[in-house]
Amino acid sequence: MATLGELAKLIRSKNAGPFNLTFDIMFETEEAYRRVVGSNAVTKEVIRRLYRVPEEKILLVHHDAARAIKVSIPRPVPSCDLEDGDCYGGQQYGPLVDLEIPGA
Amino acid sequence: MPEIRVLSPCGVIGSGFPEGSLERGLSLKPHVIACDGGSTDNGPHSLGTGAPNFSRAATKRDLRLLLRGGRRLGIPVIVGSCGTAGGDAGLAWMRDICLEIAREDGLAFPLALVHSEQDKAYLRRRLREGCIRPLDPAPPLDEGVLDRSAHIVGMMGDEPIAKCLDGGAEVVLAGRASDTSLFACHPVRLGADRGLAWHAAKILECGAACAVSRPRPDGVFCWLRDDHFVVEPLNPGMRCSPQSVASHTLYENTDPFHITEPAGVLDTSRATYAAEDDRAVRVQGSVFRPAETYTVKLEGAELAGYQSVIIGGVRDPYILRRLDAWLDGIREGFAGRAQEILGVPDPQYRLFIRVFGRDAVMGPLEPRAGEIPHEAGLLFEVTAPAQETANALAATLAHFALHYPIPEWSGLISSLAFPFTPAEIEKGPVFRFNLNHVVVPDGPCEMFPAETLEVKP
Repeated sequence: MATLGELAKLIRSKNAGPFNLTFDIMFETEEAYRRVVGSNAVTKEVIRRLYRVPEEKILLVHHDAARAIKVSIPRPVPSCDLEDGDCYGGQQYGPLVDLEIPGA
Repeated sequence: MPEIRVLSPCGVIGSGFPEGSLERGLSLKPHVIACDGGSTDNGPHSLGTGAPNFSRAATKRDLRLLLRGGRRLGIPVIVGSCGTAGGDAGLAWMRDICLEIAREDGLAFPLALVHSEQDKAYLRRRLREGCIRPLDPAPPLDEGVLDRSAHIVGMMGDEPIAKCLDGGAEVVLAGRASDTSLFACHPVRLGADRGLAWHAAKILECGAACAVSRPRPDGVFCWLRDDHFVVEPLNPGMRCSPQSVASHTLYENTDPFHITEPAGVLDTSRATYAAEDDRAVRVQGSVFRPAETYTVKLEGAELAGYQSVIIGGVRDPYILRRLDAWLDGIREGFAGRAQEILGVPDPQYRLFIRVFGRDAVMGPLEPRAGEIPHEAGLLFEVTAPAQETANALAATLAHFALHYPIPEWSGLISSLAFPFTPAEIEKGPVFRFNLNHVVVPDGPCEMFPAETLEVKP
């Protein structure tokens, strides 16, 4: 067992325009990337649970050349609207860091 | 096709790239220097007010180096999304800086200014014709939204800029433009493969952000050839790897394989990335798929009100245990107090309270919102139609909240630790983004009129 934070070289979030949030989970080695992809620990279902967003609104892709898992969801509030707390969307990845990844 | 070389000095003008990196780039004989000047990342304030995000001094320093370099080599210099939001105010601000540099440095060149601020009458007509379409997710749109907007810009493609270059412009300052258009424009004019040119543009637009690590804002260089392109950081201390370059298609995009531009979609799903040497990467296989309909994305900002805010901390375990109920009590009690003392009824202002240490950062996305912290930072935000009203409400609120009781204690308490005096801070006007839509124009240049000036020292 390891956490996603331990296996990734970078987990980040950012606006993709003012109305969407995007998460990049990037790995240094092919081994770590394959382990996480193969573990099925980062799926639309997991993102739906962590971020309470309907699965049909989630885009999740595996980018092999970048050794990255990318997830995009709509923002609950547009960037810097009155009730938004994260203008750049840069601190929305926290719940992913401690996600437990089964396996060696 | 002959080799086409593109210099990207940094991700955004005004961020301050090293002069040595630019010099190295110039020594590689680029055909064009392009640089982005804006973003929506820092929120709607810049579009709402016209105020740029970077200082005039820092922007002037960067632009001076680019203009001198471009004039020395006799190549075009393109700067897009001028003044952060790219509205007319931002474009005029950048034009004045450019003219000042030309005067001070004795530079002469044909200058083109491409406007992106949109005429509301034009947009009303397009809306009635059904030629404005929502993206997903989009706020509701009617003519009232257009009327309320402080400013609306269209995001131009490469065509309005190319038209200026065709007309002989040697410096192009553009309003809001897609970052990629600035870098794809000249190579596409010179006959580069569109898939490669747009993919290279996507890598170039953030300067050295495509490097393995980027300790400071810096530049990259690109060689576009028949069936591939090569990118390399300008700073000898930085390097690109196949993974770092591939990763850059992830940045600030929802979909790394399909990147939408006004004229079509860049498809990178079959792109391959290989090390050219230990610092440069060769990319092949990207395809540009023209769209059936040309679309221009709109960005709009409207005034949401005027704010005054209060920062305070709570350490009392009893208050923390019942924090939501305590804050609800403050909201309700303050509504009565605002009506009684200031004659301002609840619907005329808005009070939003953030709890730092619990869910202020993620709000409705926070999975751990129910946990009780040992201390909490509270940010009270009062928004009203006038600044004077917001200030008066905040001053009354600070006093009201400071002494708001809890049942566990009998007697007067002081429940908030204020780091400042006065506790309330005037924050000024606040804006919100109100458009995530595209327009279907009759042609790529219809929404982007250009003017040319013959700049003389």
